[in-house]
Amino acid sequence: MSIQERPILQIRNLSKSFGATRVLSGISLDIPRGSIVSLLGRSGSGKTTLLQLIAGLHDPDAGTLSIAGADMANVPAFERPVNMMFQSYALFPHLSVADNIVYGLKASRTPRAERERLLKWVLELVRLEGLGARRPDQLSGGQRQRVALARCLVLKPTVLLLDEPMAALDRGLRADVQKELTGIQRKVGTTFVLVTHDQDEAMAMSDYIAVMDQGDIVQFGTPREVYEFPRTRFVASFLGTINLFECGRVERFPSHCQVTTEDGLTITASCNADSSIEPGHAVGVRPEKISIARGPSASANNFAGVIERLSYCGNLSHATVRLAGGRAVEATVVNSDHTGADALAPGAAVYVAFPPEAAVALRT
Amino acid sequence: MKARSLTLVDRLTIAIPFAWLLAFLALPLVSVAGLSIHEIADSIPPIAPLFSHAHGHFAIHASLRAFALIGSDALYLSAFWNGFVNAALTAGGCILVGFPLAYAIARSPEKRRNLYVLLAVLPFWTSFLLRAYAWMGLIRDSGPINALLLALGVIHHPIAILYSPAAVLLVMVYSYLPFFVLPMYAVLEKLPLDLLAAASDLGARPAYVFRTVILPLSLPGIVSGAILVFVPAVGEYVIPELVGNSNTMMIGGILWEEFFQNRDWPLAAAIAIVTFGLLMAPALLLRRSMGRLVGAGL
Repeated sequence: MSIQERPILQIRNLSKSFGATRVLSGISLDIPRGSIVSLLGRSGSGKTTLLQLIAGLHDPDAGTLSIAGADMANVPAFERPVNMMFQSYALFPHLSVADNIVYGLKASRTPRAERERLLKWVLELVRLEGLGARRPDQLSGGQRQRVALARCLVLKPTVLLLDEPMAALDRGLRADVQKELTGIQRKVGTTFVLVTHDQDEAMAMSDYIAVMDQGDIVQFGTPREVYEFPRTRFVASFLGTINLFECGRVERFPSHCQVTTEDGLTITASCNADSSIEPGHAVGVRPEKISIARGPSASANNFAGVIERLSYCGNLSHATVRLAGGRAVEATVVNSDHTGADALAPGAAVYVAFPPEAAVALRT
Repeated sequence: MKARSLTLVDRLTIAIPFAWLLAFLALPLVSVAGLSIHEIADSIPPIAPLFSHAHGHFAIHASLRAFALIGSDALYLSAFWNGFVNAALTAGGCILVGFPLAYAIARSPEKRRNLYVLLAVLPFWTSFLLRAYAWMGLIRDSGPINALLLALGVIHHPIAILYSPAAVLLVMVYSYLPFFVLPMYAVLEKLPLDLLAAASDLGARPAYVFRTVILPLSLPGIVSGAILVFVPAVGEYVIPELVGNSNTMMIGGILWEEFFQNRDWPLAAAIAIVTFGLLMAPALLLRRSMGRLVGAGL
């Protein structure tokens, strides 16, 4: 995507309250054409409301929303170039798979020949050939989801909205369905905006993630950006786990900062103009950036401790190391040695180390 | 799972509805059917015994006279016709008034729905006759409705509503409305809102959503509500008698007349049996169509 290209979906200062509850407080978001964007947050973060505002199922209290350059204020749901795949799929129980899929085409009076052509195309796309005559209650969960998807895609929407697309599926099916869904998206090139509370799902499927909390988008970026460079404590701990060090004193050097934590540790972080660290911020280090060794290493951040707990997960082991000062640090190590001869064990005296660039500043 | 034999509790549980149906449906029906084949007599009760035993001869005095009379006299046929037409119009009126009412209740805030349902059935708590008389007062020539229309200048002479077929329909629809609204509401309340949102999202205008989603999915409610109205409305006697035109005889009125005025109990019983038979046929048909709807996942 080129930077110059206009976003397909542009949201400016959108807010919405239900009664006295403020659900969205002035959200702005640009969604690039042809991408998969996840709205990721806990329940009550406003992600579903945002999706419904895009679909036109509710009206915003303030702010604007434009799709492909056209302002959507006063455009009713049935005239918007977006379609939504509902969490429940909302398939019409009295209609066959084929009739469900062509429902929107019939509503817009598409000629029969065109309908048949599009139906055939989309049934093939979602691999439901031969099931057109079935009723929704004669399908498996995965098939129902594909009908719901086909029912939207057949209308060639500018933006497809997916509300918790995996929620109604068995856990074991989800990884495959995620792959399939992204595969279909790559084929048709439609912009997907999906709502999820599952960070793994968001990471696996999205080009961009908008992390939402309490009616706000707290961070927007690629999965790598939001994971590796979380800006807030919330984002850092919502996506994966992180070791948080609260900053007491910060000393600035040309190439790095030295942070003294409230419990007296001195951490070297690579901080520059756009990632400055200040007292009151926190420094976060992901467990997999921390290495464990029996002796001290050359790393700038090197702390002695004792392994307190170790859980072996096959490919990885998660260790909790109690540092000399009393703080516990989580570290994840790859089990590359299959013999286990050099394996760590609880009670072992070790050193934990991480490079300065692994320490990221968390502002709020 | 292995099929187990019925326990005593199972048998008792099944026996209760069975006993109910036997006592309140089968026995009265058999007794009415028996009454219909009696011969009339100038006695109390005004029927001849079915069996007699005289001079060592055993005789059965059964007769299909009543049924033959119903089949041959145009009066009865037209009364049946009038009764069914009146019931059909009443059911139709209840659909037209009751569907929007039930829909509005089902779409109102959840906290208020029970209150609205209560209000819809509240008139049932007062005497039916009282309400019928109240209507007579409202729609008579010098009643408040005519007075209002006169005062507004809409009409210059009172319109005669009372004692007209329109009055019968009005009071019938009013009286039977709760029978329709309750099952209709039960179905509409369960209609998933997601489906309506999805239809709208797929580009359907409100009228199209109504025709293609709301209507087909609420058909079971419409059908069951209409049956609940239609079946008792066929035999309705009191409302046509109070507010209707005495020239339009309906089957309920004929039955009453044959029983109490002409004292022809077998004929009255035969009318009841024929009515029952005529009602069973469409009810069975409707049951089959309901079965299909249930099969469609509703």
